[in-house]
Formats: sequence, structure tokens, C-alpha cells
Amino acid sequence: MRAFAYAAPATVAEAVDALVALGPGAKFLAGGTNLYDLMRLEVETPPAVVDIHRLAGFEAIDTAGATELIFGAGARMSDVADDPVVRAEYPALSESLRLAASQQLRNMATVGGNLLQRTRCGYFRGGSQYPCNKREPGSGCAARGGIDSGHAVLGVSDACIATYPGDWAVALLAFDATIDVAGPHGERSVAVAELHLEPGDTPQREHTLAADELILRIRVPVSRAGAGSTYLKIRPRESYAFALASAAAGLSLDPGGTVSDCRIALGGVATRPWRCTAAEQSLLGGRLTTDAARRAGEIAFADARPGRHNAFKIELGIRTVAEALRIAAERAAR
Amino acid sequence: MGGATIVPAVETSFTVNGQTVHMALDPRESLLDVLRERLGLTGTKKGCDQGQCGACTVHLDGRRIVACLMPAVQANGRAVATIEGVASPDGVLHPLQEAFIEHDALQCGYCTPGQVMSGLACIAEGHVGSDAEIREYMSGNLCRCGAYAGIVAAVRQAGRSGI
Ligand SMILES: Cc1cc2nc3c(=O)[nH]c(=O)nc-3n(C[C@H](O)[C@H](O)[C@H](O)COP(=O)(O)OP(=O)(O)OC[C@H]3O[C@@H](n4cnc5c(N)ncnc54)[C@H](O)[C@@H]3O)c2cc1C
Ligand code: SF4
Ligand code: FES
Ligand code: FES
Repeated sequence: MRAFAYAAPATVAEAVDALVALGPGAKFLAGGTNLYDLMRLEVETPPAVVDIHRLAGFEAIDTAGATELIFGAGARMSDVADDPVVRAEYPALSESLRLAASQQLRNMATVGGNLLQRTRCGYFRGGSQYPCNKREPGSGCAARGGIDSGHAVLGVSDACIATYPGDWAVALLAFDATIDVAGPHGERSVAVAELHLEPGDTPQREHTLAADELILRIRVPVSRAGAGSTYLKIRPRESYAFALASAAAGLSLDPGGTVSDCRIALGGVATRPWRCTAAEQSLLGGRLTTDAARRAGEIAFADARPGRHNAFKIELGIRTVAEALRIAAERAAR
Repeated sequence: MGGATIVPAVETSFTVNGQTVHMALDPRESLLDVLRERLGLTGTKKGCDQGQCGACTVHLDGRRIVACLMPAVQANGRAVATIEGVASPDGVLHPLQEAFIEHDALQCGYCTPGQVMSGLACIAEGHVGSDAEIREYMSGNLCRCGAYAGIVAAVRQAGRSGI
């Protein structure tokens, strides 16, 4: 591992100052479960880190508000997953965390750091023995022509087909969440929908935050579709694995059973958390029949571009959407 | 790499199984390496060193974590508990350790310290309501010998007897 300088400030303001003072390339370190791992693989080589895992007030969770749920960026995945309001009224949010990683990792990892975790593409993590445009812009992409069974079918580019690996951002996207960030020039808010980038020609750029911007909190607007929601995650084994395909689905039904609100977002199949607006619209104003659910899945994957080993993700993804909608409808009808 | 780079050592204090330790750490050192190499507490095992197997599970302020993915400097001011502190000082095993023996919950034993630390936390968290729940909440601990059935039985028994 490369040497790095270490600072452990006590407050948010000190953390932002420290990052700027430590100069270009310095990074925030929260739970460390992604950054420290990649530093040991020398995929990430920051000259300095600012430890934010114990900033004052950084892990506060407030789910009692009338208009939004608020999660401090330093809140642990396990604490948010087990929050009673999140569990009962936003099962998709709770499940997206509960079905991720292991309890040990969820006790360490923060819900802020989770959003910015990097791809699990083996060629990216494997280091300099492989060409990788994300790690080394212009070097090529070892996954094309290599083993691409875990890779994305939506949002891919010629430069990179790496899957966005996280679950939580997918559920947040379905529920129109926003993050508040602080930087040297003050605070601003960014919709989760505007946070992640498709790879395009610049796969090394994964999100729209500046290097010196600190995520402070995540805000989720209160919605009725929360109670009628699920996060369905299909994995290569029953537990403790990243998604091959996943779907966050949320529904509101009016008393006659007509769909009045619908949210669908995908994980495991796309280069960024993937919202399926056209599929959502296909369901609005109708009943959620088995056929309509399947059709929504087909619409979600209409633009899929498979590689050599991952075409199975299209049918798997369609069925994942259909099944998630069925579970969501059951919960929405309660 | 970067042989000339000077990394300031970071003064760090924490407790391990109730004993205070104070040391100057290179921020690169993982808690796992500090426990094993500097403090001689080799009960905590290194499997993957990438957070994927659970062999290095310890408790930090009473909650289970994987020691390989934590820079030891992050333990400053906190309480670490390892497998060495589970049996009582006179050598009497903890009921969960007894249950592991009773249910043949190990073969080579390499994953066992991590399984026991994880199992203790699983019980304390209340995640022992059914075998399915135990399996889900123990899934961060891999066992290459495949002693899973015995591990679930041991955690179930110790969990039900109210440890
Ligand atoms: C074995 C294993 C299995 C896993 N399985 C899953 C899974 O199934 N699903 C899933 O979703 N995830 C999974 N993960 C990933 C894990 O959830 C993430 O590593 C974790 O959530 C990252 O959070 P952290 O606090 O540890 O972030 P860190 O590793 O500390 O940081 C990650 C990145 O975010 C930046 N960052 C952190 N906090 C902030 C902030 N507040 N503001 C600005 N930037 C910040 C850091 O600079 C860094 O670039 C797994 C990880 C491992 C090791
Ligand atoms: S898919 Fe992206 S991350 Fe993986 S090797 Fe290709 S460029 Fe790198
Ligand atoms: S050695 Fe830490 S999880 Fe495998
Ligand atoms: S007993 Fe051998 S790895 Fe579990």
C-alpha cells in the first residue's frame, strides 16, 4: 500500500478544511470498507485521507418528520436498515441495506460512503496487469473480450461496461431522494438522480460531486408508495453477494386497485442506478396484472446491449421487475 | 513504492479485551495486523484480507466488524474484543464455544474464532429467531470445510438458552 497522511477532524467544517489543506488527491475515509480495500489493492492511491467516520452528529437518523426521512451520511447501514420506521413504511429502503454485504460490513459502512462505492469489475480491482479505462483512462477495457458475465447491459459505452454495484442508491433513486453536500464554497443539494454518471467516454468520472465535497445527509420525501415497496435482489448465492439483477419497486393503488403511483429502479444490470420512467408510465392508470408487470420489465430492458456472457441478465432482469411489482402490489393493497 | 515518503505515525489508544494499549501506528496498518503481529493476539484469523470471509471478525464497541478492512488508527478511543477474551480467565469456555464442540461446528477450525465472535453478536442482536434468520445473519462468515449445519445448530442452542 502507498503511504498516506491521516487526519481525523472532529467537525464537518474541519473535515472540509482538512481535505482542502491536504491538497489534490486527498479523499474522505468513512467506514473504509471500499476505499481502504482499494488502497490496499493500490487501485486507489490517495496521498492523504481525512477520516470522517466519527464527525460530530454525522450519524443522526431522523424518521419522525412529516415530510421527509433524514439519514446522516455517517449513519451505519445496519442502523438505517433496522430503523423501525424504515422497516415498516419503506421496506424497499430497509431491504436494500439488509440484503447488502454482511452484518459486520453493515456495522462499519456508512450510508454516505455506500453511494460512492466503486465497481466490483474484476479487471478494475485486479490492478495494472489489466487494461481498464476506468482505472487508467485510454488503456482499454479488459472486460470486453474477457469475462463479462457480471457486467452491465444498460448504460454501457464502448469505453466501459462496469456495473454500478450498490443496492441502496437504487432504492433511493426510486424514492426521489436528495443529498446535501458541503464544500469550501458552502452547501448545495443534489438529487440522487443527478449524482451518478454513465461511463460514456470518461468512465473514470463516476459522479457529479467535486473531490472536496462532503455528503452531509440523505433526504427521502415521505410517500405512500413507500409502504407498497420492495427491493428484490437476485444473487449468485442466497446471501452475501452483489446483485446479478435487482429491482426496487414501489406502488400506490387507489381503492379500486388502479395504479396511481409507480416507481421502478434497477441494480446489478446497469452502469449507474437505473430509473425506468417509461416502464413506470406503462402501469399508471391501469391494474397491475401479471401481463402488465411482465410488459413493464420488457420496457425497462428495451435498450439493453448485452456482451458475450451477460445476455442472461435481460430475461433475469425482466422477471425480477415483474416479481418485484407483484410483491409491491401485495404490500400496497394491505 | 514511494520509499522516501515520510508518513507521520499516529498516536492511538484503545482497549483490547479490557486492557488499554497505546501505540504509534502507521495509518496503513489494519486492525487485524496490529492484533496479530504487534499484540500477539493470533486467535483472530486472516482469510481473504478483503472483507469477504469473516475470519477476522472482532467486536468494536460491542458490535461485530471485520478487522481486515479497518485501519487500526480508527480504533482510537474505542473498545476491541477478540476471541482471546471470550473464555473466562480460568479457562472455562463460553457456552457458545461449548455448543460449537457439542455440535461438531468445525473441522479445520480456521474460521472458528470469527464464527464465534459473529455468533455472539448475532445472539446479542436478537437475530436467532429461526434457522433462516441465523443463516442470513451468519452469512458473512464463510467456512471452507462446510461446517455450516453445526454452526447454525450451535448458535441456535446458545441463542435459545439466553446467553
Ligand atoms: C465483501 C463485501 C461485500 C459487499 N456487498 C455489498 C452489497 O451486496 N451491496 C452493496 O450495496 N454494497 C456492498 N458492499 C459495499 C459496501 O456496502 C461499501 O463498501 C460501503 O457501503 C461503503 O461505505 P464506507 O462508509 O465504508 O465508505 P468508504 O470506503 O469509507 O468510502 C467509499 C467512497 O466514498 C467516499 N465517501 C465516503 N463517505 C463520504 C461522504 N460523506 N462524502 C463524500 N464522500 C464520501 C470515499 O472518499 C470513498 O471514495 C460490499 C463490500 C464488501 C467488502
Ligand atoms: S468494464 Fe470498465 S471497469 Fe471493467 S475493465 Fe472495462 S473499463 Fe475497466
Ligand atoms: S480476513 Fe477479514 S474478512 Fe476475510
Ligand atoms: S472449520 Fe475449516 S474453514 Fe470452517
